[in-house]
Amino acid sequence: MADLAPGGDEYAQFRTTFFEECTELLADLEQRLDQMQSNVAQAEELNAVFRAVHSIKAGAGAFKFIRLVEFCHSFEAVLDKLRSGRIAQDDRISAVLVRASDVLAALVEAAQANRTVAEGFGADVAEELQMILNEAGDAIAASPALFAGGQGPNADALKLARRTFQIKFKPHAELFRHANEPLLLVRELKQLGEVVAECDISRLPALPSLDPDDAYLSWTFRVVTDCTRSVVADVFEFVNEDCDLEIEALSESTGGSQATAATAHDRAASTAGASMEPAQAELAESKRPVGGSSIRVDLARIDRLVNMVGELVITQAMLAERISDQSGGQGHQLIQGQEDLALHTRELQECVMAIRMQPVKSVFARMPRMVREIAAKLNKKVRLITSGEQTEVDKTVIEELADPLTHMIRNSVDHGIEDPATRRANGKSEEGTIELSAVHRGGNILIQVTDDGAGIDRGRLLKKAIDRGLIASAANPTDEEIDNLIFAAGLSTAEQVTDVSGRGVGMDVVRRNISDLGGRIQVQSIAGKGTRFTLILPLTLAVLDGMLVAVGKEKYILPLTSILESIRPERNQVRALAGGGEVVSIRGEFIRLIYLYRIFDVPGAITEPWAGLIVLVETDSGAKVGIVVDELIGQQQVVIKSLQTNFDRVAGISGATILGNGKVALILDLDQLFGLTERSAPQANGRIGRESSTPPLVETEAAAPDC
Amino acid sequence: MARRVLTVDDSKTIREMVGFTLKNAGFEVFEAEDGVRALSLLAGTSVDLVITDVNMPNMDGVTLVKELRARAPFKSLPILVLTTEGGEDKKAEGRAAGATGWIVKPFAPDKLLQVVNKVCPSH
Repeated sequence: MADLAPGGDEYAQFRTTFFEECTELLADLEQRLDQMQSNVAQAEELNAVFRAVHSIKAGAGAFKFIRLVEFCHSFEAVLDKLRSGRIAQDDRISAVLVRASDVLAALVEAAQANRTVAEGFGADVAEELQMILNEAGDAIAASPALFAGGQGPNADALKLARRTFQIKFKPHAELFRHANEPLLLVRELKQLGEVVAECDISRLPALPSLDPDDAYLSWTFRVVTDCTRSVVADVFEFVNEDCDLEIEALSESTGGSQATAATAHDRAASTAGASMEPAQAELAESKRPVGGSSIRVDLARIDRLVNMVGELVITQAMLAERISDQSGGQGHQLIQGQEDLALHTRELQECVMAIRMQPVKSVFARMPRMVREIAAKLNKKVRLITSGEQTEVDKTVIEELADPLTHMIRNSVDHGIEDPATRRANGKSEEGTIELSAVHRGGNILIQVTDDGAGIDRGRLLKKAIDRGLIASAANPTDEEIDNLIFAAGLSTAEQVTDVSGRGVGMDVVRRNISDLGGRIQVQSIAGKGTRFTLILPLTLAVLDGMLVAVGKEKYILPLTSILESIRPERNQVRALAGGGEVVSIRGEFIRLIYLYRIFDVPGAITEPWAGLIVLVETDSGAKVGIVVDELIGQQQVVIKSLQTNFDRVAGISGATILGNGKVALILDLDQLFGLTERSAPQANGRIGRESSTPPLVETEAAAPDC
Repeated sequence: MARRVLTVDDSKTIREMVGFTLKNAGFEVFEAEDGVRALSLLAGTSVDLVITDVNMPNMDGVTLVKELRARAPFKSLPILVLTTEGGEDKKAEGRAAGATGWIVKPFAPDKLLQVVNKVCPSH
């Protein structure tokens, strides 16, 4: 005990746990408070809300986050009154609670970052909480002492001159019902100083009439100690109400019989012990089945696990290749074993990936509130309907999803949904609806934001695009192409800037965010009826379903989701463009060709598309291009390795993977490839020079150990 | 033999703090996150002390104390209730239900050990 200072600093190691817990509690709090906006909360809801704030306060106290504790204290007091029915919930209170949860979140964040909070921060909300309490005729008790560390006077705390106390102690039967134990009290007294005890056994009945649960003994103790009376009284803290107790300070210590003290111990033990039964007995039955349990694991460990399994998959693939190379039709059992291994490895990989999966609920839950706030600011009526909150996706994807999704919904409220008067004039209900849904489709998650607003104003959008020189004034784009202009950089804001959505971030940033996640965004709009944005995201960022293609001796991976078809064109389908570059004509459509051998300078590749293959792909921006390759090798799930940890960012390449034979294959970034060829089209051969600072990319043979 | 303690709290932070302090002091520590789980754990595990929070989902601390006191094997099991500063009514409720004593949150490790030693004898 001596090495544990009463400051509680040894609890610092639990900070991480505390803040993790705070994050969860705050999210839960926000969601529940949000529900309370539209409905009067049930008792269980209020209890849960109270518990969240209460838990944060308890932890905050242990870490001495003063501001946090103080604020929690008022917040909790209001919640406590609400749940006990001493305050009735109304709109004003609900609104204050939401604001209080904001302040609370900010204070937690500040505490976590070790920042000090501005003096008056949250004072207005605290004041309103106090007003609510005042109206309920109840002031908040002064903020609690922060840390109870040195508070409980303990034995070595207040030393004084030696004094003698005489203590008369007569336990009631009640004392045993609380599982208190006179013997322990005697022991504790003995820690304060010398104790002489006298036991009064006069009320002890004959054995047959003795009730083991009753109390028959009483004691008189004399304690010689240098502690104060309150320290002595503290020994009896838990039994005060279950005994007759007199503590009297004597001027001088007087002797007493040690023997009686010993006897007293024994008696006390046996009397109290009579009610102690072996603690095994009947099994207590739990009233409810225990729900699904979970554990919290450091993300770094899971990342490592994912990585290791990735390596395992590669090793397994290498092994498989060697076995099929070498067994030459024999070694049937070996092949059988390797197939089992492949199966199990795949299952293992799926299990490990599943660990990182989380429901999108955590992101969706933030939206209703935002919609409400923005709608209120813009004097619009908007209802948000969410579905598919339980759809799971990789944690990394979830984290990266919040910003773009927030922006899209903000946009829908601001620009999509009309004001009530306009809606009425157009024969719509005053209240606009935004639907936010998530669903799994194939290896992807599909998230849609659909509003029943005015739809995209194509005329205005086109005009603006022409004004900005984004498209030629003579161009005659299709509706779809016009709609996609909203993703064009430098177009989204200007006239549209409002304090709601004009934050300098446009839909182009949203698209880039989504694209960075390996996903795509699409927009559909019907004038007067509404707009739908669809996000298509991979479920995980760790593996990719790819198509392995060969160009000369090199292998490349194309993301499977972007492949439309592959064709071997006739010679006359391929035409050169006047400005440089080539196109292929397919069913009346001209599609730009990208020659990988030119871009990556691969010797020995097939140079004519009609001798090789064209893989038609759709880029994230919706453009179609034909990738010229020698041949398709096959579909393969690959483990994505980041190149950027070892190399600079390389245009046209999103990552790399290791193939079964140990060689490296690059994963192509189609959008970037397309951008590269567009820009470089006027060049003689469309080849992209690497930046001089970029080191030679990858020695493809290097990964195969040749020693 | 190490004294065995069950700490019941829905807050993992508090469970870990209590657990850490007591483990350092040589206790064997079990954890449960609410009253229901505490009861089912106690059905198969014998402990020398229970430390329980009051506000918990599923089954709160006061109910847990009552449930335990209603079962013969736990009549004399020391139970400490974790209360907060000024939680006098909770303290009283806990007592009425049969709790042995209480610890006021937030607590320092030495205070916790002091109270634990007060009600839970070493073997």
